[in-house]
Amino acid sequence: MEFFRYLGASTRTSFTKLGRASFFLISILSGISSVIVRPRLLLKQLHSVGVLSFLIITISGLFVGMVLGLQGFYILSRFGAEETLGVMVAASLVRELGPVVAALLFAGRAGSALTAEIGLMKATEQLSGMEMMAIDPIKRIISPRFLAGFLSMPLLAALFSAVGIIGGQMVGSGLLGVDDGAYWSQMRANLDFQGDIINGVIKSVVFGFVTSWIALFEGYDAIPTAEGVSRATTRTVVNSAFSILGLDFILTALMFGDN
Amino acid sequence: MSHTHTQDTLVGLFVATGIASLFFLGLQVSNLSSFSHGNTFEITARFSNSGGLKVKSAVSAAGVKIGSVKAITFDPKTYESVVKMDINAQYKTLPDDSSASVYTAGLLGEQYVSLGGGGSDEYLKNGSKIEITNSAIILEKALGQFLFKSAEEKKGSGDDKKGKK
Repeated sequence: MEFFRYLGASTRTSFTKLGRASFFLISILSGISSVIVRPRLLLKQLHSVGVLSFLIITISGLFVGMVLGLQGFYILSRFGAEETLGVMVAASLVRELGPVVAALLFAGRAGSALTAEIGLMKATEQLSGMEMMAIDPIKRIISPRFLAGFLSMPLLAALFSAVGIIGGQMVGSGLLGVDDGAYWSQMRANLDFQGDIINGVIKSVVFGFVTSWIALFEGYDAIPTAEGVSRATTRTVVNSAFSILGLDFILTALMFGDN
Repeated sequence: MSHTHTQDTLVGLFVATGIASLFFLGLQVSNLSSFSHGNTFEITARFSNSGGLKVKSAVSAAGVKIGSVKAITFDPKTYESVVKMDINAQYKTLPDDSSASVYTAGLLGEQYVSLGGGGSDEYLKNGSKIEITNSAIILEKALGQFLFKSAEEKKGSGDDKKGKK
């Protein structure tokens, strides 16, 4: 009996949370129009969400590309197919690793910061204070951050892939002696703009949307105590990682499943 | 005010780098640059077997890529494979008696169509059909024939020995 009561209560709380999150999303989206009128709010958030994630994304992308170059060379040289190293590095980065790893890093770097910021604003009653002054905190605080995350994510993922491909080229043709021309020409011959690049960008757009939504909702929904904010921050990272990886599977099955 | 100016610059740089990497991916990494709509013409060739040829496989002449396979269909009347190819418009001086062959790039590589061997003064144009075609060599078939042949030879030489006895 105790077990069923626990199950029922947890189902009810998770569904009410999902409902709150959906209403929250609707109010964020309706607040976006007022962000467009004041682009300076967006600019400030683009700086804290995008520009400050720039370095971690660039450096991680470079190293991931270099590791792919080394590992790919090791496998491909067994089959005498080192020339296709470029295809392997570029396809895995553009299709999967670029969007996914960039989104995971983004959730860790920017998402947790967003949750902590919003949660502390709530804990120190800044959000209530704004409401007292008849300023809608959703429009003033949440929507610009959401839009900034949504816009930054595809750019960061593209940057990750591009830097990774250059890293793979540095290792492949600089260190391991793969022909430079073959690296690029094989890549160009085998990667499709529509099928690979655009699908990668769609993935990163979806991840940016979901990650920003989760981060802002967890912050806004946090229990306004020090412990509550710390738990909310943890939940942001964990839930973002789950959603990114789960959605990645679904998107991959939809995009690349039929060939 | 100077603070917001540096912020503006940094955001501008960030957005510019992001868009630049998107362009890099589009132009350097994918086949977008070699992909040109409109300025191509279509030719058709019929093969008795087109093997592992796929849509977007390369069409080359003398080893240089001049176009790509647009569609592959099966003709239920003649039991042939009908391959439509888009040839880049700058190569409009291919003789109309050129032959088309399906070759494999490397031992396990992709298959492609190779054009060549024509000597006519007339050129291939939009809608032209290639008359002389060589089908793909199916590796298993060729291996099977080879094995069968060598087994036959062995058997034959065995018979000879018996005959000598």
